[in-house]
Formats: sequence, structure tokens, C-alpha cells
Amino acid sequence: MPTESTSDSHPHQDLLSAVIRFAGDSGDGMQLAGTQFTDTSAIIGNDVATFPDYPAEIRAPAGTVPGVSGFQIHFAAEDIFTPGDAVNALVAMNPAAFKAHIDDVEPGGVVIANEDEFNKVNLRKAGYPEDYNPLDDSQYLTRYQLFKVPITRLNEEALADTGMSAKDVGRCKNMYALGVAYWLYDRPLDQTIKYLNRFFGEKKKLPKVAEANIKTLKAGYYFGETAEMFPVRYHVARAPITPGKYRKVTGAEALAMGLITAGKLADKTICYCGYPITPASNLLHALAAQRNFGVKTFQAEDEIAAVCASIGASFAGQIGVTGTSGPGFALKSEAIGLAVMTELPLIIVNVQRGGPSTGLPTKTEQSDLLQCMFGRNGDAPVVLLAPQSPGDCFDAAIEAVRIALRHMAPVCLLADGYIANGSEPWLIPDPDSFEPIPVKHPTANGQFHPYDRDENLARPWAIPGTEGLEHRIGGLEKQHITGNVSYDPENHQLMTMLRKEKIDRVARFIPDQTTFGPDSGDLLVLGWGGTFGSIHTAVARAQKKGKRVSAAHLRYLHPMPSNLGALLKRFRGVLVPELNTGQLRLLIRGRFLIDARGLNKVQGKPFLVEEIEQAIDLMLADKFGDREYLMPRHHQVKLEDQEYDFAAALAGAAQETHES
Amino acid sequence: MSEKSLPVLTAKDFASDQDVRWCPGCGDYAILNQVKKVLAKVNATRHNSVFVAGIGCSSRFPYYMSTYGFHTIHGRAPAIATGVKIANPDLNVWVVTGDGDGLSIGGNHLLHVLRRNVNVKILLFNNRIYGLTKGQYSPTSEEGKKTPSSPQGSLDLPLTPLSVALAAEASFVARCIDVDPDLAKVLERAANHKGSAFIEIYQDCNVFNHFAFRYATDKDAKEENILRLEHGKPLVFGKDRDKGIRMTSEQKPEVVKLSESGIKEDDLIFHDEHDEKLAFTLSRLRVDDGFPEPVGVFYQMDDDCYEDLLTQQIDEAIKARGVGTLEKLFNAGDVYEIEPSEVPHEQHV
Ligand code: SF4
Repeated sequence: MPTESTSDSHPHQDLLSAVIRFAGDSGDGMQLAGTQFTDTSAIIGNDVATFPDYPAEIRAPAGTVPGVSGFQIHFAAEDIFTPGDAVNALVAMNPAAFKAHIDDVEPGGVVIANEDEFNKVNLRKAGYPEDYNPLDDSQYLTRYQLFKVPITRLNEEALADTGMSAKDVGRCKNMYALGVAYWLYDRPLDQTIKYLNRFFGEKKKLPKVAEANIKTLKAGYYFGETAEMFPVRYHVARAPITPGKYRKVTGAEALAMGLITAGKLADKTICYCGYPITPASNLLHALAAQRNFGVKTFQAEDEIAAVCASIGASFAGQIGVTGTSGPGFALKSEAIGLAVMTELPLIIVNVQRGGPSTGLPTKTEQSDLLQCMFGRNGDAPVVLLAPQSPGDCFDAAIEAVRIALRHMAPVCLLADGYIANGSEPWLIPDPDSFEPIPVKHPTANGQFHPYDRDENLARPWAIPGTEGLEHRIGGLEKQHITGNVSYDPENHQLMTMLRKEKIDRVARFIPDQTTFGPDSGDLLVLGWGGTFGSIHTAVARAQKKGKRVSAAHLRYLHPMPSNLGALLKRFRGVLVPELNTGQLRLLIRGRFLIDARGLNKVQGKPFLVEEIEQAIDLMLADKFGDREYLMPRHHQVKLEDQEYDFAAALAGAAQETHES
Repeated sequence: MSEKSLPVLTAKDFASDQDVRWCPGCGDYAILNQVKKVLAKVNATRHNSVFVAGIGCSSRFPYYMSTYGFHTIHGRAPAIATGVKIANPDLNVWVVTGDGDGLSIGGNHLLHVLRRNVNVKILLFNNRIYGLTKGQYSPTSEEGKKTPSSPQGSLDLPLTPLSVALAAEASFVARCIDVDPDLAKVLERAANHKGSAFIEIYQDCNVFNHFAFRYATDKDAKEENILRLEHGKPLVFGKDRDKGIRMTSEQKPEVVKLSESGIKEDDLIFHDEHDEKLAFTLSRLRVDDGFPEPVGVFYQMDDDCYEDLLTQQIDEAIKARGVGTLEKLFNAGDVYEIEPSEVPHEQHV
């Protein structure tokens, strides 16, 4: 059994970090290979960050570029915050995967191509010209370390005497590829063997399948050892991670755990009401599987019913939670307004994806900030929180529930597809280390006023079933204190101001905004949500180069931390990188009258660190001029590119259409 | 309903302190009074009763009750009521809706609350018009109806609420008339039914659609135009109880005169509340087609309620996996230990 400290005759090269990407057809099991590589790397002590990239269409034709599924893992001997910019090693299971991903591989990087699949039919499906095979193209041969491995055939040979059908044998080839990758990066096999035995052997009761997968995994590993194909093996040592118990979590898992934890801390039932939508369904699945924690999950008939049922649950005294993505959030708008009006606690999780409309369902974006902030009729403020990483979803979920119950207000949790599906190691907390979430329910004591308010301006949460507190709430404007329907003009003004002030006062409980780096300087890079890793890494690099750049990452988007305005004014410039066309920047400018500039990307992908680095350089060189924002294209942020060149883009698109 | 809280409440105790603001003469008043009476009769308590409504004239109902109440948004009352029941299955939840609220904007929710058999009582006030918005045609308005939004007559075929409810797998389906005393009987049965109950109430909007149901309320005409359903009894109607409905050899209902050419009550259809097909056939009978319109309980079937099944699944999950604790939650999945590093780590780029 190979272990971490393999000492074979092969030359080793130590790396501080590496990025590997598995890419293949959506039926090729790339997500499984990627997850296994991640788990193994985490267990041997690397820091890891992942980025799964699913195809947009469920049944895109096999072998085509839209059907390619990828999984990228960044693993390192140091702290890392992103899944990595450039790919150091690509495993391409077919021509479509090669075509879709080859440009992301760094020059000199490793490319392992399953050469068996580079046949005429598959090359045509991938859209390559007739009689062309990229594996023979000298531009690739010189640019990369290209290794052609007949994975399909070697896998078949390894499993020749298992008696399995050709189809079942074919489905094991991801494990062969994983075996090769394990050898190349000097990883042990035991974690994956354990997994295969447990998943196929015990859970699915298919011990033969487990055995075959293990066999081909080992065959792939030994191929690396014996084939003498690869000149060096790479070694990435363990990272200086805080010792302790860890597990790997995706954002969706962490959100589910955070909600369950919050329910326990408040001694309430989480009533999660959802409707299937990409990429938020995983949250519904995760909670539905954990009903023994007392969670109630309800799959509603539509997005509106889902939010309404969660409002009903909150009215009845439990914690109503609904989760969705942008299009579903739009449908829920009116009901969220009802929760604002009736001042009930409510959690709305928005796992953002590319929009507008159906947009890019499987790709990430941050373009729902303004929808969540303002997307309701009337002046209807809610609290907005954004987790910054998969593991951070856990804390953000608890925080959201705490605020909703303390202030009797809807809280919107803005995650995104990148965070929800990405994963990272999570230091398992001590279950006793959490502050309980206090809940006050009034009891009958003289005349009851449903719109009375406490010091936070929260109204009492009187729940049906309590004798003597019977009252009526609803969407019509209510009279201050009594809660009776009121059309009085002065009262409406007062209630509107009270609803606003109530949310503003949440800021009293929000910690001051901190910075990474000094709290004054030449440039503050201000971000929110899932861009944390790229911004942090880019700013760290700039600081290392001696630049006076700091970063601030906003968890509280509404209300914002009380010190934010003063903080922003202590920097000569403010750069706001966002995966939208400038939504936080609009809020910052409107609120603080600051000339914040934007770096804006809407390509369904997270920022590359280098893109932010380039923008920082441009900002520091005062080259942003009067322009408002930059858009990175082809990994480049260029000054002369600031204005989107529609003419060129249109001409380019026309040419592409012509070609295909 | 067994509540230990005494003394027993009367209908008056269920009235809130708010002025009732429906138009004078509106059918809603009669319904409100009957509901309060029935609550008293079934020993309901104010604190355990919840009225959830959508938007429309009828949906103001919760404000006039001294129970818990939630006046929500247009069409969504069934979804909100479902959430209330999920969170607290012990509450007695009533949904008040109308033909526009329940069948147009909220049609989807109505279907699903019924098919799930959430234990809520749904009162659909059918006045065949949009009253609150001043008289546009509704999903139950007759074809060709002239209203401000259909000056040349509406083009929509009306739908039959009870047929919809039956198709949506409702476990209790009934029809009543606002001013008819039988309303109380049906409400009482609905209150005691375990599961979702759907009750269509013919309601007179005397401002925008007055006399829409005159045929069913006019003292002289009504008994010729309605048929009072009784479980196990033949379908007899008429002021003199001299008419009935029998099934033809083609399995089509027909109106017959009793004692004419020797037709006896035994030849008629006997009402069976548990016969879904019969209930559907009855739901299709219309005065316009020469039939009396049945009132009373069309269909009733005992079935498990959604919220009880959900509670059961949670109990099963707990039985199978034990009560979830935070310790278990955090340590599920692949947990691994990072030991303190022996070699001091050197950062180098
Ligand atoms: S408009 Fe019609 S339904 Fe509405 S309150 Fe007046 S009479 Fe009743």
C-alpha cells in the first residue's frame, strides 16, 4: 500500500501548492474523482479549495463540449483561499474535455489525455476540424508536458477478468485516471479504497463494483510507477493547519449544519420550505436527510408557496427558512414584503447564479445583491448577510437566525453557486462553544399589543396557541402599537420609518469592519461574498510587494458596519471587485459619496487572483482615470479594454458562428 | 376538540372588537355568523384557532374574529396555512378565500393543499365576481358576462370549484349557500373531519353581482333548484319532494318525476359520500342544464394528514438514527485529525 512517505527511485519535486483539474464527459465520473482527490489531500494535511464546474445541460450530447464536467482542486502546503488561477495538471478524458479546458493550463503544465477517446467520432463531436487531432498538434506538444495515456484500454485490461459488462467496466475508468493522478502527486490510496468499499460495497450492496473500482485505481497508480512516462513526481507537503478534528464541507452542507445548529441554540424547529432550483437544491437535500435533528423540510408546489409556508411556520412560532436562487427569489418578492410588514422572523437563502432570467443556472454570479436589497414593492428593508467561503456558511447561517429572531425581521443570506458547491476543510467546533439564541415569547398580561416594540424596535412574537394573546396580522398597514388596520397618513409615515429604523439598528450588533492590512493607505479592495479568496490572495501578494493596499470583506451588506464610512475615507482609492456590473459599488457610492471603482466580471466564473492583481496595479498607478469600472477578459485587465468593445465582440461572435 | 379551558364560549366570544366593513347586505355577514356559532358548538378555543386569508372581500374575515388571524397576500393563504400546520399541527386552521383568490391567482396552492390533505378547513366564498376591485369577471363568472373588464362579454368558460377540488384529491368536498341554515351543519362536519376540507359557499355580492344565486336562495324557487344531499338517501328534491335524479342506462344522470310512470325513490341514485365518481358526477350538475345544484357534503374520506405523516417521518428518522445532537451533526462524514506538526513549517515561494 503506497503511503504518504513513498520513497521510490523516481525524482521528486517539492511544490508549495498545485492545481489539478479532472475533466471529462458528464457521465465520466469526474465529480467523484475530484471529490476523492480532495478528501485524500485534506486528510494528509494539505489545505484545499475546490471548484466543481458542472455542465449547464443535464443531457448535453455525450462527447460534446457543453457536456463536459470538470472538477478543480487546489491543494497546498500553505493557507490557500481560492481554487487556483492556472491549472498545473489537467486530466482530459476525451477531446471535448481537452478542448474546453486546455487554455486554462499553465505553460509547461501537465496534461494527461485519455488517447483512446481521441478518435474520429469523438474529435468531430468536440467540434475539431476533420483530420485534426490536438494530441498531434505541435503547439500543444511544445507548450505543455502532454502525456497520452490509453486510459480506456488499460482500464479494460485491468478489469478483463471481472466478468463485468463492457459498460460497467467503462464506468470505472475515472478511478484509473485518479490512480494515475495519485501516483503523480504522491497521494495515498487508502482514503479512496475506504470510500469505495463503503459506498459501493456497503451502501449500494455492490461489492463486485467496489472491488473493480479499487482494482483499476491501483492499476492506474502502478501504471504511473512502472510506465516511466512521467519524468518527476510532485510532492506537496502538509500545510501548517491548526491541529484538530476536521472534515471537508461544501457550502450547502455548512448552511444546513448552521441552520440545524441555530435551531438547537434557539430551541426551535427549523421549518425549511423549498422548491427545487439549481444551485440551491443541495440545501434542501442536505436538510431533508437530517430530519432526526428535528428539522422539518417541505417541498412546496412552487417558490411562492415555499416562502409562504415558511412565513406561516414563523407565525406559528418556529423558524421559517426558505432557500432558492435568483429566479426563485424574484417569485418570492411579494411574500418577503409580507414578512417585512408583519415583522416576522424569516430566513431566505439565495444561492446566486448567472442571470437574468434562467441565465446560467450552474454558474456563479453575484448579481442578486440589488434584487435582495430592493426587489420588493414599497419601502421594504431586510437584513442582508453574505458568507465568504464554504465553511463560513455555517457561521453566517447561525448569525442570520440570531438576527431574525432578535429583530423580528427577514434576513437574506446571499450565498452563490461557487460557495455552495465548493468545499474546504472545516475545523469541527466544540458543540458547547456557542452562545444560545434567546427567544422571547410574551405571555398574557393585561392588554396585548402586537405592534408594541422593545429597545431594538422588535415587536413581540406572540404565537398561536397562547391564551390571551389572540391577534390578527396581515399585509395591510397596521396602526402603531395596536396593530389594527390603519389608513392614517401620519401612521403610515411613522410605520415606514420604524421598519427602516428597526433594520438600521441591527448595526448596533454588528462588529466593526476590519481590514486585512492597515486601516488606511493607498487602496482598499472592498469585496463581499464568494470573492473573498481571490481578493485576499491578490491583496496579500500586493502587500508582499510593499504596496499600501488593504482588503475589507463585507459580511453585513445591510445594514453595513457603523465604521465603514470612516474607514473608506481613510484610503486614497477604493476598488470593488464583484461578479456583476457594479451592485455593491452603487450602494457604496450612494451611501458614502465615495468614488469607488469597480472590477466587474460576469462570465459565470470566479475572479482569478491575477485579474485582481492587475486591477490593483492599475488603481495604484492612477490609471483608472474617469472610468468607472474594468472588465477582465481573457484573464487580462487592460486599460484600453475598459469600454466593452461591442464591435469586436459582435464580429468575433459572427466569425465563430460561421466556423461551427 | 377537547380543550380543558372553561367556561364554554358562545358565538359572541368569537367576535373581534373591529367593525365589520363589508357592504350592507353582503352574504359574508351570514357566513361570519354561522362560523362563529359553529366554533362555539364544536368547543373550539380562541387561542387554538387560526384564520388565514388571502386577498379579497372574503379575506377580511380574520379581522372580525377574536382568534389568531393572518390576512396574507393574494392567493397564498393555503400555502401559509400549510406552514402553520407544519410548524404546529395542534392548531385548528381555517382558510378563507374567494373565487378569484382561490381559483385564479392562488389556483395552484389550492390544488396542492388539497392533494396533500393538510388538515385545514377551506371556505371558498364564491360570488362569481371580483368584488374588492369593483366588479371584474372571475373564474366562476358565466361566459359572456359583461363587466368593466369585459364590456363585450367575457370569453372565459367558468370552472366548477367542486370538480376542481375532487380532481385535486380533496378528502372532504361540500357546497353550501350563505343564507341557508344547512351551512352550519356542513361547517360542523368539516370542523370534525380529519384532513383538508373544501367548502364552496354560494355568496351573494349584492353590489357587483346581486342575485347571482337567486335561483338557490329565492324562497319560492330554491327547492326546485337545489338538491340537499344526505348520505345513504335517494336524490330527491323539489318543494313537494316530488322529483329525483336517476342514472340512465348510459350512466348519465337525469331528472325524473316521482310516481310518474311508476318511478319510485328506490329507482333513484342513492347518495354515497365515499363514492368519488358519484361526487364528481354531482359536481357537474347545473341549473343551466336543467338540474338542481346539489348542496351538502359531496364527498368525504378519512385519510392521513400531511402534517401527521411528516411528524411520523421525523419520529422514524429519530428511531433509526437517534436524536440528532450537535456532536453527531459536526462529526458526520469523513472526519480526520490534523496532528500538531513536528517539523516547523517553512514558507518559501
Ligand atoms: S363588494 Fe360584494 S362581496 Fe365585497 S363586501 Fe361588498 S357586497 Fe360583499
